[in-house]
Amino acid sequence: MKQTAVRMSTYTADVSGVCSALYELGGMVVIHDPSGCNSTYNTHDEPRWYHMDSLIYISGLKEMDALMGNEEKFIRDIEEAARDLKPRFIALVRTPVPYMTGMDFEAAAMRIEEETGIPAFYVPTNGMHSYVYGAGNALALVTGLLAKERSAAASGKEHPLRINLLGVTPLDFSVGSSLSSLKAFLSDRGFEMISCLAMGSSAEEIAEAGKADVNLVVSSVGLKAAKVLQRRFGTPYVIGLPCSFGGEKSRFAENLASQLQKTAECGFSVNLCSGNCDVNHSEKKAYIIGEAVTSYSIAAAFAEKYGFLPRVICPLDSPEELMADEILFLHSEEDIVKQIEEADLVIADPMYRALAPAGADFIDLPHEAYSGRIYRNRIPDLMHLPDWGTEHDL
Amino acid sequence: MLKMIHGKVNLDSARTRMGEAGWPLPFPQVLEYGPPAHGTWNIVHTGMLIEGAHQIYVCAGNCNRGVVLTAAEMGAADRFSHIEIMEEDLWNGRMEELIIEGVDDILQKLPCKPTAVLLFTVCVHRFMGTDLDYIFSELRSRHPDIMIIDCYMDCIAQKDGIFPSEKLRISMYKYLKPLPRREKQVNLIGNDLPTARTSEMMQMLMDGGYKILDLADGISFGEYRQMAASGISIATHPLGKSGCEQLSGRLGMTALYMPVSFSYEEIEEQLRRLAQAARLPVPDFAALRGQADAALCRLKEEIGDTAIAIDAAAFSRILGLAGLLLNHGLRVVRIYADAFSEEEKEDYLYLKEHYPQLELYPTMHPDMRLMPREYPEKIIAIGQKAAYFTGTSHFVNVVENGGLHGFDGIVRLCGMIAEAGRQEKDTEDHIVRKGLGLTSLACP
Repeated sequence: MKQTAVRMSTYTADVSGVCSALYELGGMVVIHDPSGCNSTYNTHDEPRWYHMDSLIYISGLKEMDALMGNEEKFIRDIEEAARDLKPRFIALVRTPVPYMTGMDFEAAAMRIEEETGIPAFYVPTNGMHSYVYGAGNALALVTGLLAKERSAAASGKEHPLRINLLGVTPLDFSVGSSLSSLKAFLSDRGFEMISCLAMGSSAEEIAEAGKADVNLVVSSVGLKAAKVLQRRFGTPYVIGLPCSFGGEKSRFAENLASQLQKTAECGFSVNLCSGNCDVNHSEKKAYIIGEAVTSYSIAAAFAEKYGFLPRVICPLDSPEELMADEILFLHSEEDIVKQIEEADLVIADPMYRALAPAGADFIDLPHEAYSGRIYRNRIPDLMHLPDWGTEHDL
Repeated sequence: MLKMIHGKVNLDSARTRMGEAGWPLPFPQVLEYGPPAHGTWNIVHTGMLIEGAHQIYVCAGNCNRGVVLTAAEMGAADRFSHIEIMEEDLWNGRMEELIIEGVDDILQKLPCKPTAVLLFTVCVHRFMGTDLDYIFSELRSRHPDIMIIDCYMDCIAQKDGIFPSEKLRISMYKYLKPLPRREKQVNLIGNDLPTARTSEMMQMLMDGGYKILDLADGISFGEYRQMAASGISIATHPLGKSGCEQLSGRLGMTALYMPVSFSYEEIEEQLRRLAQAARLPVPDFAALRGQADAALCRLKEEIGDTAIAIDAAAFSRILGLAGLLLNHGLRVVRIYADAFSEEEKEDYLYLKEHYPQLELYPTMHPDMRLMPREYPEKIIAIGQKAAYFTGTSHFVNVVENGGLHGFDGIVRLCGMIAEAGRQEKDTEDHIVRKGLGLTSLACP
């Protein structure tokens, strides 16, 4: 059965995705939920919870209020907290029960905004999509809200190529060194960072996102925000992550850097996670399981290093633009088990080991959005992946 | 170091004092913050106490996430499966079929047959009117050799009804089948943590030749089924009370509710009832009182006027505990609680009258997210949340009464407080782990 999972974990869902994306931006996020969502999020999906404050709350929805359509308490509690805590914005997040009862969140957001004077919006989650959907929508909405209109550029003045990083959350990048390595990679190649959505950048920096010459979408989460920036400022984007192995330069990463330059000049967006790998699939049946952009980028760098291209399996609901032939979008345990039943090599989060065939070689690639904090200290720097060939027959 | 994005809030914004605290809710029920202290057990942890049982949750991805990873962090991912609810399942009228076929599918794929299946349905099933009776009846007829236990993760009902963790403690004993009575056998019902063998209750039972069956002791599935033969069932935690009463009522046992208490009189009354029910001699109460008093005096001598904070996740009778410590000269300065237990009305009134200045803080109020997590002097916390909010590394790492009971519990707790005063702990590493006492594969 497609909906049963005997041994498979589950990815971070849309509700936590919203919270993760908006965490550092000074807003208040309210999950309309009785209980549980907050604990799931702050335990398994949010490595910043202990050391960095953020106004993320649940409403404590009661059964009778849900049944009787009593939204007054929800609205009043938010307004009271907002007047006290003065967030930059208020985001409302829906869970399964209010989804079922058909509560009008857009109206609630409008009323809260009118009565508090604080921008309020609703992210259309229901707990039944993945974080890619939730975080992607949240980043798009907040980008639209925060990004200021850009002033006319000073003519004739040379400046380094300016860039936004889109789609960075701890769910795909954790809190290790991946983000700083990514920034260093771009800085070393002459790019000037305007903002990073949404880790390590303030709301003020994101307000300047419209100044960028080109955007880099480093995970599926960033694609909708890229579209918003493209629509508003005409900024083109490149999809891909400059991964490399064993401290060596990778052609894929260098190609990505030059593609950013070309894209900024010509204005046409490019998806490097589709049809851009010149290494063929080998007879060796190899798979990499995970989020589409990061997994494909790792697979491309892997192919250069080890001479064969692992097939990417993405179990997440991803934007249509990423639905390339090279990536298999398989969501159920049954489909994934069937696909990898004759695999020689599986590269995936350690929690996928239970699904891999007994004879297959397995390379651990922990992913916070899948196994949470269990393997956090083993999540590699995605820009400097270890040489897996030293421990595996590649 | 906490990175503050929003600035700090005034210390007074969420605080009240016992003198002004309302009953049973000292703070308004508004938006809720969740502090990162996770040592209390949840329904996944508790359900795993049945040896060889397999848990199946039927819920949306967002709800699944928390329970799947709870099982994984405790190293029990192989005893956990789930059925994911998709949007169309809410409208297509096939929820019953999804659950029945889903459970069948999972049972077919498991490498070995479980002793029991704990099947959890959730909030949406309440709203959909899912025919749970039909589902469980069908599953039981399809799998007569597996104990199929109906369990509930319907958090939406918990504020006005029964907590899912309390319902679970009812369900876990609901399908024990009647067995011939074993007079010298007693059950402890609804505990997550084993009760100290040194407690008077346990000593009395062991001295009297009783076999004690408690899931928290890691008993086998066979012993679990043998619980049906016991003549007495005892609950020591409020969450286990209903389960204990229902099991006892159904199988004709004597139910005893002996909650962890810090009142000498209540402890003695509990032990008298136990002695009467089990036909055991009563212990020497004067000596036991003397031991407890002596331990409290020793504690006072050792920590002097060091401040103490207590949180409600540590003990089910925190007001009673605060009163006991204060009456023995110890300096309890703060209590962290969002609500008071109905069982603590007397202690509430006592503290209100005698210690009206005692500070009371919530744990979930929105302002607690921004409250400075520090205390101006050395403070010993009893409980993980108190440790977190006061920013102390001197704390008693205890949840859910910690297996303590009776006068012995008071003596042992005094020792734990003294030790916490002497030794520092890595607060973050201890409190962020789920299910205190269990394996934790979490990497904080």
